[in-house]
Amino acid sequence: MQLPIYLDYAATTPVDPRVAKAMAECLTIESNFGNPASRSHQFGWKAEEAVEDARRNVADLINADPREIVWTSGATEADNLAIKGAAHFYHRKGKHIVTSKIEHKAVLDSCRQLEREGYEVTYLDPDSNGLISPETVEKALRPDTILVSLMHVNNEIGVVNDIEAIGEVTRRNKVVFHVDAAQSAGKLDIDLEKMQVDLMALTAHKLYGPKGIGALYVRRKPRVRIEPQIHGGGHERGMRSGTLATHQIVGMGEAYRIAREEMREEARRTLALREKLLRGLEDVEEVYVNGDLTHRVPGNLNISFNFVEGESLMMALRELALSSGSACTSASLEPSYVLRALGRNDELAHSSLRISIGRFTTGEDIDYAIERIRYAVAKLRELSPLWDMYKDGVDLDQVQWAAH
Amino acid sequence: MAYSDKVLDHYENPRNVGRLDDADANVGTGMVGAPACGDVMRLQIKVDGDGVIEDAKFKTYGCGSAIASSSLLTEWVKGRSLDDATQIRNKDIADELGLPPVKIHCSVLAEDAIKAAIADVRKKRGNTEE
Repeated sequence: MQLPIYLDYAATTPVDPRVAKAMAECLTIESNFGNPASRSHQFGWKAEEAVEDARRNVADLINADPREIVWTSGATEADNLAIKGAAHFYHRKGKHIVTSKIEHKAVLDSCRQLEREGYEVTYLDPDSNGLISPETVEKALRPDTILVSLMHVNNEIGVVNDIEAIGEVTRRNKVVFHVDAAQSAGKLDIDLEKMQVDLMALTAHKLYGPKGIGALYVRRKPRVRIEPQIHGGGHERGMRSGTLATHQIVGMGEAYRIAREEMREEARRTLALREKLLRGLEDVEEVYVNGDLTHRVPGNLNISFNFVEGESLMMALRELALSSGSACTSASLEPSYVLRALGRNDELAHSSLRISIGRFTTGEDIDYAIERIRYAVAKLRELSPLWDMYKDGVDLDQVQWAAH
Repeated sequence: MAYSDKVLDHYENPRNVGRLDDADANVGTGMVGAPACGDVMRLQIKVDGDGVIEDAKFKTYGCGSAIASSSLLTEWVKGRSLDDATQIRNKDIADELGLPPVKIHCSVLAEDAIKAAIADVRKKRGNTEE
């Protein structure tokens, strides 16, 4: 076992060695270095072929047509292109957008930008498990609603929205539906023949591909239109200009090909590891799992240890690489907006850990993590005045705190 | 975020963790911060007949810098008179621990805690001295 142990696969994943090999074959003079847009020689043709193979692999994972895949620099750009692109194209139809309070910042900040441009945005509250129901979406729709943007899987708590059911609502109401699938592609089945999704943001680096490459799925039937956000050269059928990064694209394609072949087995394995982790922690006193446990990606566990502050917990767990919902590291002192939106109080939000498991996590890693976490929580509770008060039967909600 | 060796030392081996009997008229308690902000410090001091702090204990819910700030403070106040202890400034704590700018509030909280503990014990002892 090598320390520190990486348990932050929801942040990014290492590149699979098979992916790295495919990428390395697209860089040097002896290999496939050409510009895929060069039409006049075989260097260009060969690069174009590699890019189109990759496009097919990406499309196959989500059961789409390769012509529906537009390469971007990542999911953030894909979200920007989808949201601003659709809003700008359909603005004559209306200027109302629906999203949720627990979206990724790429979605929330794109919506904020549109608000500055005169659009109106409704931010839906999730239920206490972190899910957005189709009924909630339907109720928020107005005659001037042009776009609904929701995530398939939440990056902090890993819960899975029922995209298929929400897609029926948006299609029936003739509203464009964008889905951020950065955390779900390669982990859950996505079938765009069945799901009535119009736009979908994808990334490579959450499923063992490289950083710096992603894609936007843009539905052809019924056709969805977007205004490009980057101009110059008219690549990607005019939707996203810029020379295609062959090695990045080939890496994403290989990562998606591997995911299609191995994701079922991998999901079973990571789920077993998460269940082992949860079993090892759930009998600790005052422990809370954040987000729905049934509708959840296999590799995610988000858990709060009441009366222990998240950053000090992470400090005690320096052999484990994971994330906390406590924002003590930032200047804001605001804890996770996702956990707050679930109705978790500030203490529990400050006390949360996100542990995400992936392809290279072992059972031994999980055993070690359980032992370290239990030890650290016990140690920090010994130090915690809140734990003392809880043990003395003091209701912390009734205390007049001197907030600073 | 990288922590200084001194913060790590206090975090790994916190000094004077515990609680003193709040019913004792010679014990002053300062509880500052709020769970919502991610920091709560409880600092307690016990004062002898000459107005000198003979013991100090703390418990802190908060980040490593908050724990280190309160741990350091308990070391500093022991053996000092109440008047002397009121002179401790957050900057002294921040400098000693090498706190980065985003963690200065931890040292501010520690200063607030000792001031609150001193005020509490003075109130409890009433006009019997000083």
